[in-house]
Amino acid sequence: MGEDLLLAMAGVDKRFAGIPALIGASFEVRRGEVHALIGQNGAGKSTLIKVLTGYHKKDAGSVSFDGKPFEVTSPQQAQASGISTIYQEINLVPYRSITENICLGREKRRFGLLDWGAMHAEAERLLARFNIKADVRRPVMEFSTATQQMVAIARAIGFDAKLVIMDEPTSSLDEREVGVLFDVIRQLKAEGVSVVFVSHKLDELYAVCDRVTIMRDGRTVRVAEISGIGKLDLVSSMLGREIARVEGHATAFTDRDPAKLGETLFAAEHLSAGSAVRDVSFSIRRGEIAGFAGLLGAGRTETARLAFAADKRSGGTMTLGGAPYDPASPIDAIAAGLGFCTEDRKAEGIVPDMSVAENMMLALMPKLAKSGIIDEARQRVVVEKFIKALSIKCSGPNQKIRELSGGNQQKVLLGRWLATEPRLLILDEPTRGIDVGAKGEIQALIKSLADDGLAVLMISSELEEVIEGADRVFVLREGLTVSEMTRAEASEDAIMAAMAEGSPEAAR
Amino acid sequence: MTRIHLARMVGSYGVLIALALLILFGYLRYENFLGLFNIMSVLRYNSMFALVALGMCFVIMTGGIDLSVGTVAALGSVAAAYASPYGPVAGVVAGVAVGLVVGLINAVMITRMHIMPFIATLASMLAASGTALLLANNRSVPVSYQSGFTELGQGNFIGLPIPAIIATIAFILGWLVLNYTATGRGVLAVGGSEESAKLMGLPADRIKTLAYVASGGLAGLAGVVLAAQFGAGQPIEGVGWELFAIASVVVGGTLLTGGVGSVGATLAGVLLLGILFTVLNFENGLGWISLSAYWQSVIRGAFLLVVVILQARLVAGETTRT
Repeated sequence: MGEDLLLAMAGVDKRFAGIPALIGASFEVRRGEVHALIGQNGAGKSTLIKVLTGYHKKDAGSVSFDGKPFEVTSPQQAQASGISTIYQEINLVPYRSITENICLGREKRRFGLLDWGAMHAEAERLLARFNIKADVRRPVMEFSTATQQMVAIARAIGFDAKLVIMDEPTSSLDEREVGVLFDVIRQLKAEGVSVVFVSHKLDELYAVCDRVTIMRDGRTVRVAEISGIGKLDLVSSMLGREIARVEGHATAFTDRDPAKLGETLFAAEHLSAGSAVRDVSFSIRRGEIAGFAGLLGAGRTETARLAFAADKRSGGTMTLGGAPYDPASPIDAIAAGLGFCTEDRKAEGIVPDMSVAENMMLALMPKLAKSGIIDEARQRVVVEKFIKALSIKCSGPNQKIRELSGGNQQKVLLGRWLATEPRLLILDEPTRGIDVGAKGEIQALIKSLADDGLAVLMISSELEEVIEGADRVFVLREGLTVSEMTRAEASEDAIMAAMAEGSPEAAR
Repeated sequence: MTRIHLARMVGSYGVLIALALLILFGYLRYENFLGLFNIMSVLRYNSMFALVALGMCFVIMTGGIDLSVGTVAALGSVAAAYASPYGPVAGVVAGVAVGLVVGLINAVMITRMHIMPFIATLASMLAASGTALLLANNRSVPVSYQSGFTELGQGNFIGLPIPAIIATIAFILGWLVLNYTATGRGVLAVGGSEESAKLMGLPADRIKTLAYVASGGLAGLAGVVLAAQFGAGQPIEGVGWELFAIASVVVGGTLLTGGVGSVGATLAGVLLLGILFTVLNFENGLGWISLSAYWQSVIRGAFLLVVVILQARLVAGETTRT
């Protein structure tokens, strides 16, 4: 390998507020290769990339780039050294023109002043490589997401990079555009440029990549030639599961009696919205825990958001309790009896500086308030009931929620939704970022809620949680329902196989 | 698409159209409205505001705000008045220097200490005012009439008021910087999306620092003109100048959230508000109505509010479409 390495990162550690995000991670890219970097959410891919591009400072480890030790302190420096990055969230300045977005940072000048003519020509020339003709003088916000993505890529390439990092570049592209992108990647490769390709769409990796590095829990767990590793193997390395491994209970979910399940409460047929959700159907019965399994980007959260009317669906029908269900907004969804515990507690769930009681009451405000005034006495009764029922460890209802542990914050959020007395509760990654003990408590709680007749839709990236917790598992892959399994059918092998290569036909 | 274009057209040309209509109105209604004397005095008087608005324009385009410009101008006028016996150059240097210092302090607070621009410049606004009053012992500081310093405010050059020439040069430089330098485009990029700009490798903090320093320096220069024009350093002047500047910038179509802006339209905004003021004065002169200065403030405030609401509507219309 020796001399053909462009990038070598070894033993890289990075902690955020004491929590390790990278533990001795390594990453090597050869000259002129297309290298896939994959891993579950939280595996450390993004952190690794941001360390490489100087956005985060590493705590330990060594990086060498282009044969020299590489100490990077800022994104500018990384860019000047020949590392260009296209981030997943398209990082352009929406109000500014295509030309500016492509040329900012390496402007062309004449007599010391910007040479707009040359810059417009440069932008047009770069976009022409993607077969895109656009008025480069217009603000990028006027163009489609796909064009914006191409602009971001054109910018990266325009920097004469030695290494181009693409973090999920295809998530906003349609099939034809993906084809164009792949042509460009092959072109770059032919020019000796290395590409790091981050994607969750396995087919794409096989289409364009030479090698793959798999990360899990902040570590580099496997490096392989892409032609020498099967999809199932890839998925099991990502999830850290041996194929066909047998084990006992890893979660607090215990077996449930399928006979106790009620009639169908909620059904969704052929939901679609954009490219994230293409055709998803599922149903949930009273007292049932339905699980959504799938890789990142499979469309699980997006589907849940459609059911909750947090996003607008473009197709499909839903029924609730046998009647058509067509909510226009989350307010309608809540009124109809849905609750949605989001995945990102910090950003979408808790209000950190408000008390436990206030946080719990947020969703219930409209019910508790009489002509706009909140009935404090009733509020206290409800809050104390849930603190007790969910055994939330806090000094009292007035403690600030940010002082609570992750598990107890999650319980407060659960309490928030339970207080609205929902019929269907959607839980997106209910145990993520929660320590093991509290995890078991939350899982036991979910089960007992279902035992009491609540329908639960649980999205989880932890296989054992889905397998042991769910009465029925729906596997999503690239926005399609590819498999529906009963508790008996749902095994790690079967779910992983469906996640990796399932097709919609198999589901029917 | 048509609505987007319409919105942008109104954004860029609206202020020019309004300015033309207002001038036409004044011309038809008042004798001498377009008389040489009136034009010259409007230009001379509004040059100070134009300088302050130019700096404010750059700060607002980065997505920030500079509330300190008014009191910095007052401080600059006091400093310039003390330096005036040594000639116009010394006066300019003194006034601009104090402005640059305050601008740099603002920039350090905002980029290094991560204090919100609103709060940081509110603090320096108070501090600059206090410093001006201390330096001037709470009264106005007479300037030297022998050194030629007052020419900066009262003199003419090739028939034009010198303050107007200073402001014109400043605006031409500002226009060049915004449209033809990397820093100028960086100002718009940082204001449009600071996160993106940083990930693009632009020196966001340096760009913001330059904007605040420029704003401080221009406010100091406005103070120099103020002292020269009125023959004294005025520690209590400058009250409300920041609002006039913000109003001019916004009327010119620059987004308060940053990322979109124009130097030329800001100049038009200054003229629009300045001429509106003149029209109200003429109206008083006609005797039909009698508007006190307080009512004029109310009218200008209402005018600004209408513009901001219109701007928000247009922007909302654009972003929901894309």
